[in-house]
Amino acid sequence: MTRRTDAPLSVTRRALLATGAAALATPMLSRRAFAAPTELTMLAWYGHAEPDMVAEFEAENNVKFVPKYYTGGDNMLGLISQSPPGTFDVILSDAEYVQQLNAAGYIEALDPADYAFDEFFPEFQQFPGHWQDGTLYSVITRFGFLGVAYNTDALTEAEASTYNVFWNEKLKGKVGHFDWHLPNLGQISQLNGNAIPYDIDEAAWEAVKEKALSLRPQVGGFFDYGGTFSSLNDGQMLAFAGIGDWITGTLEKNGAKVRSVIPEEGGLQWTESFSIGKGSQKADLAKKWIQYVTSAKGQAKSANMAAYPALIPNQKGWEVLNAENPDEAKRQGMVIGQSNVMDMIRNGRIQYRQLPIQQDLETWNDFWSEYKGA
Amino acid sequence: MQRHVSLYGLTFSLPLLIWQLLFFVFPLAFLVALSFWTVKNFAMRPDFDTVNWVTMFSRPVFWQAYGTTFALAGGAALLTSVLAFPCSYAIAFKLSDTARRWAVFLMVIPFFTSYLVRVYSWQIFLSDNGIFNVMLGWIGLGPFGMLNTVGATMVGYLTLSFPLVVLLQLFSLVFIDRTLIEAAHNMRCGRLRTVFEVVIPSARVGLTIAALFCFILTFGDFVSPVYLGGGDPTTLSILITDTTKSGQQWPRAAVIALTMIATLLVVAFLAVRFAYKGRSK
Repeated sequence: MTRRTDAPLSVTRRALLATGAAALATPMLSRRAFAAPTELTMLAWYGHAEPDMVAEFEAENNVKFVPKYYTGGDNMLGLISQSPPGTFDVILSDAEYVQQLNAAGYIEALDPADYAFDEFFPEFQQFPGHWQDGTLYSVITRFGFLGVAYNTDALTEAEASTYNVFWNEKLKGKVGHFDWHLPNLGQISQLNGNAIPYDIDEAAWEAVKEKALSLRPQVGGFFDYGGTFSSLNDGQMLAFAGIGDWITGTLEKNGAKVRSVIPEEGGLQWTESFSIGKGSQKADLAKKWIQYVTSAKGQAKSANMAAYPALIPNQKGWEVLNAENPDEAKRQGMVIGQSNVMDMIRNGRIQYRQLPIQQDLETWNDFWSEYKGA
Repeated sequence: MQRHVSLYGLTFSLPLLIWQLLFFVFPLAFLVALSFWTVKNFAMRPDFDTVNWVTMFSRPVFWQAYGTTFALAGGAALLTSVLAFPCSYAIAFKLSDTARRWAVFLMVIPFFTSYLVRVYSWQIFLSDNGIFNVMLGWIGLGPFGMLNTVGATMVGYLTLSFPLVVLLQLFSLVFIDRTLIEAAHNMRCGRLRTVFEVVIPSARVGLTIAALFCFILTFGDFVSPVYLGGGDPTTLSILITDTTKSGQQWPRAAVIALTMIATLLVVAFLAVRFAYKGRSK
């Protein structure tokens, strides 16, 4: 006697289990492709976590950046102090605030061996404020200069090559201030001949205040980030104090008739550096990001960041930038073997923007409010 | 007489009470407490120190900004009321029912777009190379500096409050007893005199409340003084941002905010008292 086995669509229990197991196992074979990307939180100025900067890193590491953008160092400190530890994996900070971050215990110590400092210009290998008692807390990623920003239709480069141009009669009501006391008063301090513009005694501070107040009738307004862009772009302001190529470079690349020049009295330098947030659960990934953005490839990207361009401290980054985008390298003065921005630093024409040393920050800020109300 | 608290009554009154406690009383109480905190090395510390009040109230720049803000908001309330009145009067008395509905709809439309966007678009009109100056150039005039002036700030204030003031005035004007106007005309009272002697007194509550809302909105506005006025002169809202921007001085900003709230409460109280003066007789 034989059992009928002629049912054409019959499925045995074993076959069903085997098929089911295979179906369930298929995604596991390519689990990485299906895994949700790891979120990496970044506290930064606008632009640092935009696709032009992070898309490649995100794709290579299956990461998704979750940015929180701030509008200034104090705003950044406020956001950190109001968030639980570990909220931000990566923190971008201007140099003068790294010490505040460190003092408040908001950032992790870093191992210098993890980063390509040997590729950096010597001036940036032991950058002041980023190290505390021989321990590294932040890795510089970009910097820029602040000088005189001007409308090229209204002023020649020679005219704009001194801070005194702000007092020019034809600029009455057309001088704008980026609304932050530190760069503006630092520039006035440079104009007054103070070698280290933020390390001044009481007499020099009084002289800075007096000089600043004499500029007040020339001033057409005090502008935030967006207002600075629009007032320069539409020619409403013809000269601007407290900014540099990080604003005018973006406008210039889009066809606006504006430029920045480092005046004969000298310019100021801002820097941005990355740290790892204290208590970050993704410190390894954060480290990987900092390695990426300070590598030659990441640096070339950073120099040409869509939100605002900047100079970069990695010499090999200069090489990549010159190979990939020679026009931008030339525009920013990062051409190797020619007179370049490093010469300005080495010639002593550039001073660090920093917090006031002999006065409280509050003193400078209070005067700025008084100046605005004058 | 004893009052009973019923479940029915609580159902309707409790949500309002909870809402007010959560979103008004508690934040206000926190703001008061914050104004006595201190700041050390960028970090705020709970404290009970009057230093913030003493510091802010002794600074001339604070009182200067206070005077500027009060004058600008007062001016805006007056200007907006005067400019809005012919508009609301025409809608109330001169238009048909259908046209009135359309006019009200048109007054609501501005609220569909962001105030910030509307203010930014004014820059295109008011800048030195803007639309107005180009048009003036066609007849050989200008350019005139319009942007980054008090006048431009006032344009922003009008953008913010004009539609609301028209609507509030309108609600008051449409409920005026028309027989009063007819009676005035029968007694040979001229049109203009009727407006001042009958219409305006009859609509006093609405007109005052409309002006009050304009004052409240503009007194605390940050957008127009910054983006149309160029941040010059400094208003209290700008002073708040200046204070928080450096050194994390949120407690001092709380002092400014509380002074603004107190000012608005006093102004609102006086305005309401004026609006309803004599109405209980």
